[in-house]
Amino acid sequence: MWLYALRRVLYAVPIALAVSLVCFLLVHIAPGDPVSAIAPADAPAEVVAQIRRDYGLDKSLPEQFGVWLLRALQGDLGRSLGTGRPVLAEVRAAVGNTLMLALFAAAIGFTLGTLLGAVAGALRGSWVDKLAVGLAAAGVSVPHYWLGMVLVVLFSVMLGALPAMGAGPGSSADWAFDWAHLQFLVLPAVTLSVIPMGIVTRTVRGAVAEILGQDFVTTLRGKGLRRMGIAWHVVKNAAPGVLAVMGLQLGYLMGGSILVETVFSWPGTGLLLNSAIFQRDIPVLQGTILVLALFFVALNLAVDLLQTALDPRIRRA
Amino acid sequence: MSATHAAAALAVAEGRRSRGYWQGVARRLSRDPVTLACGAILLLMALALLLAPLLAPHDPYQTSMIRRLRPIGFPNHPLGTDELGRDMLTRLLYGGRLSWFLGITPVLIAFVVGGTLGVLAGFAGGWLNMAIMRTTDVFYAFPSVLLAVAVSGALGPGVSNAMLALTLVFVPQIIRVAESTTTAVRNLDYVDAARATGAGPLTIVRVHVLPNVLGPIFVYATSLISVSMILASGLSFLGLGTRPPEPEWGLMLNTLRTAIYSQPMLAVLPGLCIFVTSICFNLLSDGLRSAMDVRA
Repeated sequence: MWLYALRRVLYAVPIALAVSLVCFLLVHIAPGDPVSAIAPADAPAEVVAQIRRDYGLDKSLPEQFGVWLLRALQGDLGRSLGTGRPVLAEVRAAVGNTLMLALFAAAIGFTLGTLLGAVAGALRGSWVDKLAVGLAAAGVSVPHYWLGMVLVVLFSVMLGALPAMGAGPGSSADWAFDWAHLQFLVLPAVTLSVIPMGIVTRTVRGAVAEILGQDFVTTLRGKGLRRMGIAWHVVKNAAPGVLAVMGLQLGYLMGGSILVETVFSWPGTGLLLNSAIFQRDIPVLQGTILVLALFFVALNLAVDLLQTALDPRIRRA
Repeated sequence: MSATHAAAALAVAEGRRSRGYWQGVARRLSRDPVTLACGAILLLMALALLLAPLLAPHDPYQTSMIRRLRPIGFPNHPLGTDELGRDMLTRLLYGGRLSWFLGITPVLIAFVVGGTLGVLAGFAGGWLNMAIMRTTDVFYAFPSVLLAVAVSGALGPGVSNAMLALTLVFVPQIIRVAESTTTAVRNLDYVDAARATGAGPLTIVRVHVLPNVLGPIFVYATSLISVSMILASGLSFLGLGTRPPEPEWGLMLNTLRTAIYSQPMLAVLPGLCIFVTSICFNLLSDGLRSAMDVRA
């Protein structure tokens, strides 16, 4: 098992490097000279040349990548063209907000999905099963940016019960875990939770139904094991696969919250990306995507290791 | 009694077998009311979108400053008017054309490109497999929404850039499915038998591999259409896909966001269209999967 873990950790290194390369190249697939995005339109030729030297844009691509990577490893992702602040500081503030939103959405989606999926899997063909299958299909097919708008119409416009946008009554810097702040989290978190809810429902339902159909369950029943005892066997067998799906979903929540954050003006990485795209703030765009993608790589690694630790069948393979 | 005789017998046997298979698929589909209903809804929508110039009561670009944001059921405008006074029914019909095109084309391109690369990787094995599969690993390291937004954000707004970004998201996913199904088929006994009787690689791929892997790859691709529709309209919603005044469901949803306080029912209409299309494609794909007996 340790050998496998070591191999898996080592394999994450080239992946992380390749991911950095893709992020680096993002600037170069952008149309136009990167300098034109930085320098004012009427800048004299010397200023443009100066900027080109400062940013190392006069060197070859591999050299540029090397310099950029070394700086990134030291936590220097450049400065935002819009605000002039270091990119890392901007991303760090936003990542916290996105992580909080993703964790709340995951808590809602995973709980509902597990419950629905488990009941549906155990009672195949019942009305609960049909309901779960329908809800799961709706959850994965709904354009969540639209669902966010519908929830705003219902709970903010019509009922006036919950705030429609923002992350608190004051500025976004002073977050606190009280209702005055948490109420801003409800609608975006519920909106974001429908996709993992659907996926987890499908996964759990499939896993439970498959395990209950196996011969060893019949044997357990034949030996007179009670329902709770059988349920424990099902949990043990389903957990590794389900946890792997959940881990991936958490990553998708982090990386995919841009649409929901835009709808609710939630000050996370999605909103940061959105403004970076429209201000053509390439360093911020690049830095945010790099941080989110590396987070996803690390999460994938953690999920694989956890799965190996939990499931002796993988260890032996 | 010669090779031709045996080949003829084989052809007959094969023809009978494949006809039986497709008959079974059709029979299973005809007993699946959900899939049939979804197929019918999608067919009707496709027809309405194709015939938009005949069905639409107004010009999709015709603005009117005095008839802005009229409610659903307003005379002469059955689904009301948008924030610039354009007829909603007309724009939904024309908008669907672009939304469908934006949603389906990337999956089609990815099916061809990803399917080819995946079958190649699976059948060739060795270093070619390594090169192709390790490259897809890199793209798998990005959550798909993030990859789509990153690429189309860097390229800038526009329909072709959005489609390029979406294609890039789906190609690695199809490669993985194509590679694993091809690898499984390649190791089966009848492929060994074909090789032993002297069949070249091209013949083996054409006769033995493709007929067995195309079905699963196709079913997987259809399951991506639903995601693709949501992502494509999502990019337009962010302002990255279609540009105004072009009608497109995601973009309409974005521009109508300002109207959710005055005309909430109107503002949610384009999203409802995306939802219905997406869920129908999703359920249709599920039905197809079980009818064609493809394991996920």
